This record gives sequence, C-alpha cells and structure tokens, in this order.
Amino acid sequence: MAQTSTQKKGVGSVIWEYLTTVDHKKIAILYLIAGGFFFALGGIEAMLIRIQLAVPNNDFLSAGLYNEMITMHGTTMIFLAAMPLLFAFMNAVVPLQIGARDLAFPFLNSMGVWLFILGGIFLNLSWFMGGAPDAGWTSYASLSIDSPGHGVNFYALGLQITGAGTLMTGINFATTIITMRAPGMTYMRMPLFTWTTFVAAILIVFAFPPLTIGVFLLMFDRMFGSNFFIVEAGGNTIIWEHLFWIFGHPEVYILILPAFGIFSEIFSVFARKRLFGYSAMVFATVLIGFFGFMVWAHHMFTVGLGPTANAIFAVATMAIAVPTGIKIFNWIATIWGGSIEFTTPMLYAIAFIPSFVMGGVTGIMQAAAPADYQYHDSYFIVAHFHYVIVGGVVFGLLAGLHYYWPIMFNTMLNEVLGKITFVLFVFGFHLTFLIQHFLGLWGMPRRVFTFLDGQGYNAANMISTIGAFFMAAGVIILLINIVMTLVKNERVGTDPWGDGRTLEWSLPLPAPYYNFAQVPLVRGLDAYWIEKKQGDGKIIPAESVGDFHMPNNSIIPLIMSLGLFIASFGALYFADGKDWAIDAVSGLDAKPWALPVLVIGLGITFVSMGVRSWKDDLGYYVTKEEIEKDLEELERGAK
Amino acid sequence: MANMEYNVPSERWPVHPETATAEGKNKFVGFWIFLAGETVLFASLFATYLALKDSVPSDDHLLAAELFHLPLAFVMTMLLLTSSLTSVYAIYHMRNNNFQKMQLWLGITALLGAGFLALEIYEFVEYVGLGHTFRSSAFGSAFYFLIGTHGFHVIVGLIWVTLLILRNANRGMSVYTAAKVNTFALYWHFIDVVWVFIFTIVYLLGVL
Repeated sequence: MAQTSTQKKGVGSVIWEYLTTVDHKKIAILYLIAGGFFFALGGIEAMLIRIQLAVPNNDFLSAGLYNEMITMHGTTMIFLAAMPLLFAFMNAVVPLQIGARDLAFPFLNSMGVWLFILGGIFLNLSWFMGGAPDAGWTSYASLSIDSPGHGVNFYALGLQITGAGTLMTGINFATTIITMRAPGMTYMRMPLFTWTTFVAAILIVFAFPPLTIGVFLLMFDRMFGSNFFIVEAGGNTIIWEHLFWIFGHPEVYILILPAFGIFSEIFSVFARKRLFGYSAMVFATVLIGFFGFMVWAHHMFTVGLGPTANAIFAVATMAIAVPTGIKIFNWIATIWGGSIEFTTPMLYAIAFIPSFVMGGVTGIMQAAAPADYQYHDSYFIVAHFHYVIVGGVVFGLLAGLHYYWPIMFNTMLNEVLGKITFVLFVFGFHLTFLIQHFLGLWGMPRRVFTFLDGQGYNAANMISTIGAFFMAAGVIILLINIVMTLVKNERVGTDPWGDGRTLEWSLPLPAPYYNFAQVPLVRGLDAYWIEKKQGDGKIIPAESVGDFHMPNNSIIPLIMSLGLFIASFGALYFADGKDWAIDAVSGLDAKPWALPVLVIGLGITFVSMGVRSWKDDLGYYVTKEEIEKDLEELERGAK
Repeated sequence: MANMEYNVPSERWPVHPETATAEGKNKFVGFWIFLAGETVLFASLFATYLALKDSVPSDDHLLAAELFHLPLAFVMTMLLLTSSLTSVYAIYHMRNNNFQKMQLWLGITALLGAGFLALEIYEFVEYVGLGHTFRSSAFGSAFYFLIGTHGFHVIVGLIWVTLLILRNANRGMSVYTAAKVNTFALYWHFIDVVWVFIFTIVYLLGVL
C-alpha cells in the first residue's frame, strides 16, 4: 500500500510511480525537470535570435524562421518555463509551509502537470510538423489568421492544453491555502511565499478563462470556420487583443508575485531578521493582484481606444508602482542592520532589487500614454520586459533553485559554482538588455529579423549578443553544478541553511511521504524560528500520533491528458482542404481522419472523467504503528 | 476499513453531510473557486457576443431582432429555473438522509434539463434553416459560441447527474456520495444563473 522512500525499487516501478503519483513533492520534481527542459529550449531559441542580430544584414536565420523563433521563445519561456518552474517550488514548499500533508486535490495536481507537459510537447512538435507558430507570443489575430500552414494551430491547441492544467493548479493552490493550514496558521501568520502563491493562484483563476476564450475564438476561426476575427464577415480583431491582455497583464503578476515571495523568504533568512513590514507586504501583494486586472489596455495604447480610456489605464498602471515600491523598501529595510550571509540565493535576491527597479521605472515611463507612442514596438519594450521578467522572475527562479534544492533533493548545490553562475548570469543579463533600452530609443523596432549597416545599431547589437553568451555560460555552469551535486549525492539533514524560519525547514530530509507525522501547531509568524528561540527547537504537534488519510496514486490524470493531446491532432488538421476554411489552410490536402481522431481523443478524456466519477477513490490510511516506527527510526538516526 | 468513515449511521447523520469530511470541505471550497473562474469565462463570452452582435457581412443576413422569439426562450428559462428548484429539493432530502427521494428529485432535475436541451436544439435547427449558422457571420459565430458553451455545460451536467444517480443507486447514501451530489447541485445552479443572463442580454436585449 504505502511506499517508504527507503525501499529499493526497479527503474520501471520508479517510472510508474512518477506517472501515477499524486504526491506534491514528486510532482514538484516533474515540474522542475519539464520546466527546466523547456527553459533550456527557450534559451537556445534566445541564443539563435541574438546570433542572428549580432551583425547587420545577417542571414543566419531566414526572416520566416526568425519569426518562428521569437514566437516560440516568448511562448515557451512564459507558459512552459517560468510558470511551471514556479509551480515546482510551490508544489515542493507550500504544503510544507502551511503544515499540510498534501494539496487539497492531489489528483488534480497530477492532471495539471501532465496537461502542462503534453501541451508543451504538442507546441514544440510544430518544429517537426510543418513549422512553428510565427505570429509572436501575443499572436494578434490580424497576423495569426493569415499565418499559413499549421503553426498558429499548434500555438492555439498547445496553449489550450497547458492553460487548462494551469487553471487546475490555480484552483488547487487557492483551495489548499484556504482549507489545509495547520492549527494556529492564521492568514496573517502565513509565510510570504504562501501568501504570494495564494494571490497568484487567485489571479490564475480569474486570468486564465479569458485566455481560454480568446484561444477558442482563434481555434474556431482557424480550424472550424467561424468568423470572430474575419473582418469581411463582420469580425473584429481587437477582441483578441482585449482578451489576450486581460489574461496577459495579470499573467506577469502571476509570474512575479511568487518570485517576490521567494525573495521575501530569502531576505529574511539570510539577513536573520523577521521580514520588515509583514502586514504591509501582504497588503501590497493583494493590492498588486487587484490592480493587475485594471491595467490591461496599457498594452494597447496605440490601438486607438481614445484619450479617456488611455488616461484611465495610464493612471491605474502608475498606481501599481505604489505597492511595488512598498515591497522594495520593505526588502531593503529587512536587510538593513541584519547579519547578512552572502549565500547564492541571497546574492540573487540582492541583485534583484536594482534590476527590478530599473524594469519598474521603464514600466512607469511606458505608462505615460503619449510617451508610449514613442516606445511602442521598439527595443525599449523588449528591454523593459526582460528587466522585469529576467531581473525579477528568472533571478527569483535561480535563487529559489539554490535555496529550495535541499528540500527537493536533500543535497546542497555547490556554492562556489553557484556564485560563478551568479556573476556570469547577472553580468550577462545587464550587458544584454541595458543597451537594448538605447537601441529602442534610437529607433530599432522589435520583431524585425535584421537591420541595415549604417543605422547606428551595429555596436549595440554586438554588445547585446556578447551578453547573451555570458548568460548562456552561466546556465551551463549551473547545469554542471546540478549534475555534480546529483552524482555526489551528499545528504544534508534538517534545516541545512541553519537559519530556516518557516515550517518547511523543520522537517527531516528527505521528508516522509506524508510530510508531517503529527500536524504542527503554529504559534506565530516564522513558526520554526519561534520554536528555535522560545522553545526547544522542535515543532509542537497539534495532535497525538494516530491514523490519518492519504490519497491513492492514479494513472487516470495522464490518460485524461493524453486524450486531449490526441484530440488536438484531429483539430489541428480538421480544416485542411475544406471550402469554408481560411486561406491559410484551405489549399492543403483534406485529412478525412482528422474528425475521427478528434472524437476518439475527446472520448478518451470524457470516458476517463466518467470512470473517475464512477469509482470510489477513498484513499488509504497510514496507521499509528507505521508512524511510530518512522518516528523511532528518526530518533535513532538523530543520535 | 476506509469505507467505515463515510457510512454514517442515520442517528449521527450530520446537518451538512456534504462538508462532513475533509475532502468534502475541499471540494466545496474548490468548486466555488472553479465557479469564479467559470464566471470570468462566461463574462468573456458575453463581451465577445456584445461586440459582435448583429455584425454581419451583408444585408441578407437576419439580425437578432428578426431571429429571436421570446416565448420559446421563456419556456426554456422556466424549464431550467424549475430544474434548479428540483435540485434544491434533492439537496434537502440529502440533508435529511432520505436517499430515495434525493434520487427521485435528481431524476426530475435531469428530465427538466433534458427538456431544456431539446428546445435549444430545436431552436438551433430553426436558425440554421434561416441561414443563421456558426459560419455565416461573426454574429452567428458569437451567438452559437455563447449559447453553445452554455448548452455544452448543460450536456455535461446531464451526463454528470445521470452517472451520479446510477452509481449511487447501488451504494446508497454516505457522506462521500453527499459531497458528490452537492457539487453537482452547485454546478447546476451556476448554469441556471448564466442562463438568466443569457435570457436578459441575448434574448431580451435582442428583440427590444
């Protein structure tokens, strides 16, 4: 029934375990591996873009291939790298931080990861099946409807699948944080990473449905003959822009808020101080999430919505600077006077503050609608969003990777290599993107595959490309670090950083599959720190040792996700050669098998749902005897 | 062993059997959050519909005012509203641990829902005959996508409740099945509320 982690298992059973797992700690590892793979893929795409732009009139990539490259770079990094990697840390840490034995819906959690993985694979199959999407990661309808071949179909279907997974994950984390907190863990005692995860999860619930609808409109227009964006039949392409950005703006907060949470934890631990202004931080997080839904049209200032709309959205956008500023000052005040340890995660956290502030400042510049007409579609925008997304989210991911590595893998990444990665990556990042602000102000447009000699862009582009190579070198060193650490496999014990403040650090490593033998009692913010300073360093249990309930593993999530994956191939080719189809695919050979594939795929998914509903899934009990045995073993190991 | 926890004897039947277990509580909270997402989903659909209403390529396409007739929409509304009421009766009997009556009222709910769906299909067939199709204009696309998404939710709800009635027939009442039935009831109410908005925004505003 229950598997303990000490049992030796064959390769086959390990794979089966991961295919069927509902354990948040294993799902975290799946997210980390898949997200890391897509991060590498997106990084390679970025390198190819920078190589193409290194010198004027370059023909390293053709114009068409360049369009595919920028589209896939953006889409991959946002949907398949940044978000899943954040989900990896959320899965690994949040249940432990709140003293829970798993998420509220372990089955859904498994579905979320498989939908993401299969959606990501589907999207990337486009490279081998007739060409990748090429209408930009925003895929504005005026471009995407005319894009020939199946590229944009891959985009629409791939995003639909991963989007469904993300929505489930959002619902899951929001519910978990509401219902599964340990006794004493009130809302205002939740660690900041849990808080930011909570707000991000709620943002997902409200932001992803508009994307779902927008992508459905695109799917229907491209694959089923509807007319939402076909202007000759009464359609309107601006609808896509609204729906996309109603999703797209909250999306950047979905990415940055958990990164803020990771940094908040790191600042507090490595400055050995309680987070300064905790309640202000919580309030600012909620406020950023709230404002995030009122600013989407600042991406559309040049569309022509009129001065009133532009003014309202400009003011709302500038207002977001206030809660963000509160956060920045609170982080600085947390470090102030602390006894600082310059570990790798702390270095990223410190580098994050100035980098992110620079991205924030250019954001405020763009919020001024009249000025935005000058910046729009130039490299200034590219520089801005890379400063917030790399300087904020990716620094947060790298910091989180080093910081939470012991929790996920029970070893420590090498600090020396970690610091080398840090120097290369941060230096390379500023070298790549600082100059792009100026390129933009000098007039270089984004999304154009080359530039001419004599426009004054040569030196700046070369500098930017050199910077990209520094970043790539940093990532390669990180990979070497990861491989070395995994091979050496030097296990660490409880609280490996020495200054853990929150519940996740109080657990033995590796944590038992049920996390907490006894549900912990939380006596305040930084629960573990309180017990270290005021107690005996051990978490007080809130219950006596007894039986408790755990969920069963299941293969159904993977089968359900596979059904949608198969159905997508049917939808992909459905419009080929049909007389009602858009010009982009109506000239292709008809595929009579497309409809059966679509129906069979959806059938697999819906039948699996029915089976899931029909069967009783009551889970199993971990018995008191087993817990007592584990606790004894732990006691022996400690002596 | 695990089963014992769920089969609560009638003298200890809780006031809220649907949230008596930890899973039941999670389901309840989680499903409300899911419905929040669904609300935004339908809001996006309504926005798309309003943007594309009566947006047709040429004069020979029928517009909303010429297409819709309120009597049919009214009958559909009544069927669906009544089915919401009958699902409340089912929940009432669930709380009173009366399994047979709960099953009965769930069955009546399903029949009313099926009646609604039949009328919707009739309506769609009629419109298609008049040249108003998913592919005829942007208005047609938006109309069928909005109403069709609602209709799809009704179909899912009907299959769901049918499966619940059948699967529970052999199992009887327990707090495990109570949570499942309650989740369906929440969903069914939500579909009903969405239809109220469709009736107002699509049909009433359409013919006025």
